[in-house]
Amino acid sequence: MNSRTWIHAWLMLLPAFVFLIAFTHLPAITTVIDSFWTTAKGRRPAVFTGLGNYEKMLADPVFLKAMINSAIYAAITIPASMALALAMALLVHWSFRGVGFIRMAFFTPTVLPLIAVANIWLFFYAPGFGLIDQIRLFFGLPSANYVGQPDTALYAVAAVTIWKEAGFFMIFYLAALQTIPQSLREAAAIEGCGRWTFFRRVTLPLIMPTTLFVSVNAVINAFRLVDHVFVMTKGGPDSATMLLLYYIFETGFRFWDTAYAAALTVVLIVILSIAGIGQFFLADRRVHYK
Amino acid sequence: MIRETAFDRVLFRGGGVLLALIWIAPLAYAVWAAFHPPAFEARFELTAPLTLENFASAWSQAPFARYFINTILLVTMVLSVQLVLCTLAAFAFARLEFPGKSILFTLILLQLLVMPDILLVENYKTMRAFGLVDTIIAIGLPYFASGFAIFLLRQTFMTIPKELDEAARVEGCSLLGLLWRVYVPLGKPAMLAFGLVSVSHHWNNFLWPLIITNSVETRPLTVGLSIFATTDSGTEWAVINAATLMTSAPLLIGFLLFQRQFVQSFMRAGIK
Repeated sequence: MNSRTWIHAWLMLLPAFVFLIAFTHLPAITTVIDSFWTTAKGRRPAVFTGLGNYEKMLADPVFLKAMINSAIYAAITIPASMALALAMALLVHWSFRGVGFIRMAFFTPTVLPLIAVANIWLFFYAPGFGLIDQIRLFFGLPSANYVGQPDTALYAVAAVTIWKEAGFFMIFYLAALQTIPQSLREAAAIEGCGRWTFFRRVTLPLIMPTTLFVSVNAVINAFRLVDHVFVMTKGGPDSATMLLLYYIFETGFRFWDTAYAAALTVVLIVILSIAGIGQFFLADRRVHYK
Repeated sequence: MIRETAFDRVLFRGGGVLLALIWIAPLAYAVWAAFHPPAFEARFELTAPLTLENFASAWSQAPFARYFINTILLVTMVLSVQLVLCTLAAFAFARLEFPGKSILFTLILLQLLVMPDILLVENYKTMRAFGLVDTIIAIGLPYFASGFAIFLLRQTFMTIPKELDEAARVEGCSLLGLLWRVYVPLGKPAMLAFGLVSVSHHWNNFLWPLIITNSVETRPLTVGLSIFATTDSGTEWAVINAATLMTSAPLLIGFLLFQRQFVQSFMRAGIK
């Protein structure tokens, strides 16, 4: 180790860090600073307001609604997409006729743009002639407007997210399942161990690191995937599908209240940090490393 | 082998096929609607006539050719810059010792959690300060230094035996020469994996491009499609579906052709 190596190393890191700091770390810091100021309007410059934006937040019904919605959205999409992903991986892990088609079907949503598939899903949900309504009518059920009604809209949007994500997470589980040694399976067979017991006592603990990795991704995506909201509901009806990131977009770029949007972004950063750090420490004990 | 009864088999495979059919349904429907006249968009009859009219009408109603060029420029630019910057950084982290290494690496990992995707307001201000609003380069800039790529390549580089380094050094190879002649060739599979992930991510990215672009000359496909599908409420479903398929087609066809490599790349990208 000598100082020439140091200089070489720093020079190699320099270009990446210029962009990393300019577009991730610096904006994260200025977001926090801006959240303590008001938005400059016309000739009126920004004024220091301390926790003003945060006080406004607590009294803002749309923000509170967005927080509740985001929590529900995360509580549905994270476990559902992960459980489905594991089920899919267990299914296509075996080779049988038609497995190629099944795997392709599961993975296809991953390569499709969310904004594009939102159009297709919108048709599925369309009242009267949409596919789901046609099935309902066939069984003599009344027509339902899934995205147009406040009590079902959020679930309709969450379903699209689960559909989009499950196949992506399946890939990681598939990779993990392939690392489970065949000898364990044989030993289990000799012991007369059942399928379910094997899954619970061998498979599940062994794929724990993957579960941790997937869950971190699922949490981040639960707050990041809002593209389809733009096409399907625009946060409506009556804020029923207002999610935190979508609200940041609306506040910052539709109402141009950038200071309030900064405060909202701080909330999102805090949530993501807590989720990331929390999962790291919580799962540490339960993860089985070789 | 663990006992597998016939009942198990029927249950699992039946369930699998059912789930697969549900999963493929949206795409299957889009194909149906796009290739049939609008009259059949909600009527599923085997005798319905096939047509390419919907594609022609979508193509003529919005500047999709321009959107395609923009998206292709964007993903090419982002990926090439990412590969250069991140290979250099990953090599430094994998093989060199220097002060501040662990702090700097932590800063890289932070980006996996707090991504530029959510720092919309501040990044927009930066772009405005540099006069870059409504340019294709502004869509890509926040993603040039990818924490994910640096992490992935570092993990790959660390598995390369150090003996190769020493041999190259004895031969009089410089540090950059070593990187170019030994590490880049051996890291190619990981780079390919990251390349596929990056291209599909930026092809499909929507929110940031929506904010930073406001003209036909810069808009990528996703933003163009969203405007096409929402502004003109008179547009028929069949035409929207044709446009939807068109924008996803390159990735979709690429995926179907190289399915195995695609899936393996995504897998590799996830193993840490």
